[in-house]
Parts: sequence; structure tokens; C-alpha cells
Amino acid sequence: MIARLRAPGLHRGILAIPLGIGFSYAIVLPIRAASHYHPVLDGTAILQVAMIVAPFAFLIGLGAFDYWFYWATGRPTRPEDHSGHGARSWKDYFRVNTDHKVIGVQYVVHSFLYFLIGGLFAMLMRVQLAQPGGKFVDANTYNGLFSVHATVLIFLFVIPVFAGLANFVLPLMIGAPDMAFPRLNALSFWLLPIAGLMLLGSFFAPGGSFASGWTAYAPLSTSAPIGQVFFTLGVQFAGASSIATALNFLVTIITMRAPGMSFFRMPLLVWANFSTSLLVVIATPFIAASQFFVLLDRALGFNFFNAGSGGDVLMYQHVFWFYSHPAVYIMMLPGFGIISEVIAVKARKPIFGYRMMAFSLLAIVVLGFTVWAHHMFTSGMPGWIRDPMMITTAIIAVPTGVKIFSWVATLWRGVLHMDTPMLWAMGFITMFTLGGISGVMLAMVPFDLHVSKTYFIVAHIHYVLFGGSVFTIFAGVYYWFPKMTGRMFDERLGRWHFWTTLIFFNVTFAPMHLIGIQGMPRRVADYSSQFATWNLIISIASWGLGLSTMIFVYNMVVSWRGGPRAVANPWRGLTLEWQVSSPPPIFNFDSLPTIVGGPYEYGVPGAIHAVFRDGAQVPQPAPSRAMVTQE
Amino acid sequence: MADTHGSQSTPHRPPPSRRTIVRLLAIGMLAAAIGIVFGLLIPWFPPAAAKQAHTIDTLYYVLIVVTVPIFVLVTTVVLFSGWRWRMRPGEERLDGPPIHGNTQLEVIWTALPAALIAALVVYAAIVLGDIGAKQPNELKVGVTGQQFEWTFSYPAYHDGAGQPIVAYQLYLPINRPVVFEIHSVDVIHTFWVPAFRIQQDAVPGLTTSFRATPDRLGSYQIVCNQLCGYGHSTMRTTLHIITASAFNAWLAEHGYSGGAQTTSLQRKPASGGGATEVADAGGWRGYAPLSGAQTNTKEGTQ
Repeated sequence: MIARLRAPGLHRGILAIPLGIGFSYAIVLPIRAASHYHPVLDGTAILQVAMIVAPFAFLIGLGAFDYWFYWATGRPTRPEDHSGHGARSWKDYFRVNTDHKVIGVQYVVHSFLYFLIGGLFAMLMRVQLAQPGGKFVDANTYNGLFSVHATVLIFLFVIPVFAGLANFVLPLMIGAPDMAFPRLNALSFWLLPIAGLMLLGSFFAPGGSFASGWTAYAPLSTSAPIGQVFFTLGVQFAGASSIATALNFLVTIITMRAPGMSFFRMPLLVWANFSTSLLVVIATPFIAASQFFVLLDRALGFNFFNAGSGGDVLMYQHVFWFYSHPAVYIMMLPGFGIISEVIAVKARKPIFGYRMMAFSLLAIVVLGFTVWAHHMFTSGMPGWIRDPMMITTAIIAVPTGVKIFSWVATLWRGVLHMDTPMLWAMGFITMFTLGGISGVMLAMVPFDLHVSKTYFIVAHIHYVLFGGSVFTIFAGVYYWFPKMTGRMFDERLGRWHFWTTLIFFNVTFAPMHLIGIQGMPRRVADYSSQFATWNLIISIASWGLGLSTMIFVYNMVVSWRGGPRAVANPWRGLTLEWQVSSPPPIFNFDSLPTIVGGPYEYGVPGAIHAVFRDGAQVPQPAPSRAMVTQE
Repeated sequence: MADTHGSQSTPHRPPPSRRTIVRLLAIGMLAAAIGIVFGLLIPWFPPAAAKQAHTIDTLYYVLIVVTVPIFVLVTTVVLFSGWRWRMRPGEERLDGPPIHGNTQLEVIWTALPAALIAALVVYAAIVLGDIGAKQPNELKVGVTGQQFEWTFSYPAYHDGAGQPIVAYQLYLPINRPVVFEIHSVDVIHTFWVPAFRIQQDAVPGLTTSFRATPDRLGSYQIVCNQLCGYGHSTMRTTLHIITASAFNAWLAEHGYSGGAQTTSLQRKPASGGGATEVADAGGWRGYAPLSGAQTNTKEGTQ
């Protein structure tokens, strides 16, 4: 027992938490006593310190820092025996593991847990809104529900699930044995449960959970009850995880590509994650800063956002959106990558305009940093900023349009395998186009002056993030499910999942455009009775949407446990992840591949993407008719 | 479409006939037309009660006409592809033609949307300039947001005690341009009049403003559109647009006896800023800190 508590792992990690809390008391009490603060024992002060210290204690206990501590203190680092690498039993998923495939699965499963929780919150909100004058929850709880809903789904679902999928497939795709920094990779994942539990834990805080929206605008957030700090700090941990992963992706992509894999031979998923990682590394520190400002305002009275003491209220919004607009692309570009993979393979055609697809990603990265103040058209910032921001915001539709049209052109004359991943991809193209169009409308300042912060925005964001990001996530999860689990999913259930989701998604979110323009504000626990009919329809459809997700959960769980065994390359893909077994060997490749051609040469007679040095496997596409006749 | 290799040995499907493409185009255009008509027939907007509102509504309908065809076009081609190009039995091993791109097409679908967007942006910028343009004989109205109610003041009209007239519902004379000067005493609120199609945040420490010219009699909603705490969804009041004579009568009822003066717009204490100070100003309903969960805990950790 003692040995188990001394060894790195969950036991030691959990044991370390009370030690961290004790340490927080030991810091806070003497300082308060010395400063003559009254009372000396103050729960809020200790809680805020403990929320910073305890997570680090947990991580140290877990063993996330063991190797670095040994190294830093000059003690012999244990020779790498790879005992912390790869999963031999399910228990290996619950400890610090350095295998990118294990971490990828950890990320994806953990993220979907929060997808279900965040979705459940939405369904509870829709109960409250089913009728005007809803009494299901009180206004404060309602404000908490939508705040936690958005925060959890952004920071613990969409962003990390993309990081998880890429974690699994990206090193495989570029022919690397792992990520560049496996230990950092493990640490990145383990920061997430901390962030997640902190956000959810806020419901138990005195005064309720944080309730100032996921945007946490000051001075509402600086004057809110202590639950707000759970957001302020939770986001720091999620953000740190994001930054570390992005650095890891950048270094991996730049330095660990297999011989012959030039940038323009990389699959577009790799391009997408390269672009996303640039955004994350540059932008995420800004949200960290905005939340540190809030923390300092709250805990130590810095008055950054206190207008009466020289603070600047709009400053918060500028710093916040300087991250949070690029974050929209952080939540979309990896999905673009997934769609490119799925569509090329499932349409049996090369991606139309590969280079333009890559360049448009980079264009979005650059433009993405120039549009943040379009969230602030009504904020009271100097009026002249509106015009340039309107121009840049509208221009960003051009590279996005290039991508949409190129996917559509890839479908043209293909041989479309209309199975589950492809249905999601095609559903994505149409739904995301709608979200993009309402985005262009919102860019037009005079229209935005009317609908900003209304249900029109709620509709737009969900067409972009649900019809956009979530559809791509489903496409990706179905597409790589055989590779990740070694099992096939149930195709029939997959189709049911797609069609029910598509229908309920549209019934839920399309009417929101209308009620928004008609004058219904978002983030309200009650509304004027003129919107009653639509709200009832929306509420019913939202529960349908929730239930359709249960089909997915059932399919995933049952297929993972007992689905038919997957072959190495069930979709006849050319990219490298399909050239190894399903699931892949612990170190990915028995011999490193050499890349000799593009990743999407479907239909090109005799095209080869890669050859393996030992010559034992030649990762040709499973013989297409074109190839057979060529030989 | 440049095939990179000779295709003598690749039994790709034949390209669609000219007739198919013409048909697809016809279906697409018909669908776009139906989409546009549908988009224009939906009763999108609440009643418009300001000159600016009509301009903004027109902008929206133009946006519908321009953007709906794009959505319809993409959807039509996706649906067509799903039907026409789906894999049929016996084609399990077939690949599509290796088309890697088409520069001409790519230039078109980059340049065309860019031109369209440029036109829309110019149009929107002109509209933005128009709705914000200064008008003669503007009525200044002070708007102050606080958790969770609105207060309106008329700095040009003073009551017997020499104080600007203050009201908790907004009364405006028809056809006289109004400039709102908006403040907040606590957190950010948004002063939104859906019937004007305009909203503007009330920001602590700033004076923000917008212009509107009421042009329709009646009563309309005023909505706080920025999450401002527990009572946000109840932060509503009413706008009454009345005739000029009714407005004068209303002013008289509130103690106005003629002779417009120009004094400070907002009745604020000299030092400005903090919420608690505003409570001292004469005639103001005092700003009471919220109870319970909403209490500011700034001192909590000291």
C-alpha cells in the first residue's frame, strides 16, 4: 500500500491534493496575520490560492514532473524503459503515458465526456426556456448553466478533441514514431481534467457557479461571487494545455516528418494542425492575460477594470477577443483538415486545388488576427475601428469560400462512398456554408448593430461550431475509429445518428435566426411571450438532438467492446496512418517510411505515397482498378 | 481539367453531359429563386419605428438576396453529387478521375466572392455613415443603465427645481432626431431598441451614443442586451413615441415650464465614476447594491 502511494500514479496524485491545500493554508495564514487582515482565516483567500497550488500538487503526485525533477536536481534520470509508453491494459489509460496514441485516446474520450455534460446543460436550459416564465431553475442558476455550457464545450470539448484526434493520427501521418515531446504531451492532457473539474466544481461554490457567460466581461466578472474564479483559473489550465500541445505539434511537424515528406506532400490535416498551432501559440497567452487581470482585480484589488479608479472596461474585451476570435479558427481549422482527409478518400479523388487549400489555411491564420473587434461593434470603442474590422471580417470569407468550393469540386465526378464519415463531411459542407453566410451578414456593421448579442448570434455560433466543428469531429471520429480501436463501428447506427442529428440540429438552431432578428436577446432566463411558440419548438428539438447523440454513444461503446475487427486500411486510404495495423504498433512503424508522392493521388495510375525501407511493405493503395490495369 | 496521366487504362466514369449540367444549373437557379422569395417573405423584423431602421432592414434584404444563392448553389451541387456520383454496386474498386485542380475555376471562385464582398462592404459602410449622421434640431436624451433598470433624462428640459426631467420609461416625440448619450453606473449594459434596429453598450466610465429618428407612433420594447447579472432578463422598459404636442404636454406634466437650457447631460457628482456616489445625486433613485449572491466580493479576500 505504501509502495503504491509512493509510486507515481493516480493514488499519489490524489494524496497530494490535501497536501497542496495544507500548503495553501500555510502560505495564506501567516501573510494575512502579518498584514493585519481580518479575519486571518478567510475561506475565499485560501480557496483561490489552493486552486492554483492543489492542481500542481496533483500533477506532481501523478508523476507528470518526475523525469524533469530527477534531471533538474542532478539525480540519475531513470533510463527510458518505455514502461510509460503504450497501453497494454485499460489501466494504462489512467496514468501518465507518453504514447501519442494513448494520449490521443485519453483526449478524445475525456473530451466526449464533457460533450455529454455540456450538452446536458443545454438541454436543461431548454427546459427553462420551453415556456416564458419558466420556473425550472432560478435566474442565477440559469446564467450559470449557459456560462458553464459554453466554457466546457469550448475549452474541454472542441479544442481538446481536435488536439486528441490530431495527437493520434498526426505523427502517424507524417511518419514519426511519436510526438516531439512525449512527456510534455502527457502533461498537456493531464491539465485538462483539472480544468474540467474546476469548471464543473464551480456549481458547488458559495453564490453559485460563474454566471457571466463564457466571455466573462468585466466588471460583471470582477464583481461576481467566488464561482467566477473557477472560470478564471480553470481557463488557465485549459489554455496551458492548449499552448503546450500546440508547441508540440509545431516542433513535431517541422522536425519529425519522414524523409521525402516535404511541406507540400503533407496531408491537409497536418497543414490544418500546423496552422491551428500557430494560432494557439500566438493567441492563447492573451486569454491567459485577460483572466489574470480579472484574478488580480478580484483578489488583490488592482482595479484594471474599475472605471472609477482609472481602469479601462473595454480593455478586457480587446484582450479577450484577441484570443477568442482566433479561437474560433482554432475550433475550426482542424475540422477543415479532417474534412479534406475524409472527402479525398471517400470520393476517391485528389483534393481539388491542394496548394490553395494549404494557402487558404495560412490566410485564415493571418486574417484571423485582424478581426477581433467585430465582436465589439456595439461596445463603445472608437467608431472608426468598425470599418476596418468590417472589411477584414468580410475578407476572411474568401479563403473560407475557397475551401468550401474546393471540397465541392473534389466531390464532382468522384466515386462517392456515402457511408457515415462521408455523410458527416457532406453535412458539414452545407451547414457550415450557412454558418459562414450568417457570419458575413454579421460582419456588416449596421445589421450587427441590431442582432449583436441576440439569438441570431446563438444561431450563427451553433451553425459554425455544431454544424461546423462538431460535424467534422463526428466525421473524424467515425473515420479513424477503426484505426484507434481496431474495431469497426455499426454503419447502420452511424447513419441513424447522422440523419437524426442533421434534422434536430436544424430544427433547433434555424428558428433562432428568426427570433433573434425579431428581438429576443440571448442569455435570458425569461422572455417575452411573443417568442413562446418558437421556443417550445426549439426546446423539443434540442432534446431530440440530445437523444440522437445517445445513438452515437451506444454505437461507440458497443463497437469498441465487440465490433468486428478492423483491417489495417478499411477505407483504402493512401496516407500513412492506414499503412500500419489497426490499432497501430506501439512505436508506429517497424521501419520508417520514405515519402515519394502526394497524399491524395487517388485515381492516378501507379501513384505511390510512400515506401518502407525494409521493402516488406509497400504502402500502395489497396489495389484500385486503375492500378491493377496499370500493372 | 488536366488529367496528369493518360487515361486510356483508367475506366473512369464519363464526365456529365452538357444536358446534365444545364439541367443542374436550371435546378440550382430555380432553387435559388425559391430560396430568395422564401427569404424575403419571412416576417423577419419587428415593427420599424425609426428612419434608420428602414435603412438597416433594406440592407438585410439585400444580404438575403446576395447570400441565399450561394448557400443554395453549394447545397445543390452537394446533393447532386451525392445522387449522381455515389458509388454503385460493382464500383467498389473504382477511383475518380485524378483532377488536381483548375486554375481558371480557382481564380473565379476567389475573385467573384471577393468582388461581391467588396460591394457589400462599401454598401454597409455607406449605411453605417448614414444612420450615424448628425441631424439638425437633435433632442438629447441621457440613458443610464444600472442593475436592473433604465433611467432617461432630458437635459434640455428642466423641472421647477432646475433639474433635468427624469423618467423610467422613454418618451420621444415623433419625427424629431434623437441623440442618446448612454452611461452605466455599475456593469456593462446594452441599450437596445429593437424597433430602431440599433443597440449600444452602456459602459462604466464612458459616454457612448447613437442616433435615431422616431417615425412611427406607438409603444415599443427597450431591452438590456448585455448580460448584467441576476436580473438581466427583467431589465426591460418601454419606449413611447408620441406626437410633438403630446410630448410637450408630457414635459409640462413633469414640471417643465419652457425655456430650454443646456447644462450637463447627466446628473452626476463632480467626481464621477463609482456607483455608490451616483446615489447621492438629487432626484435619482439610489443605486442599491444587490443582496446575497450578487454582492460584490471585492473586499472578500483582504
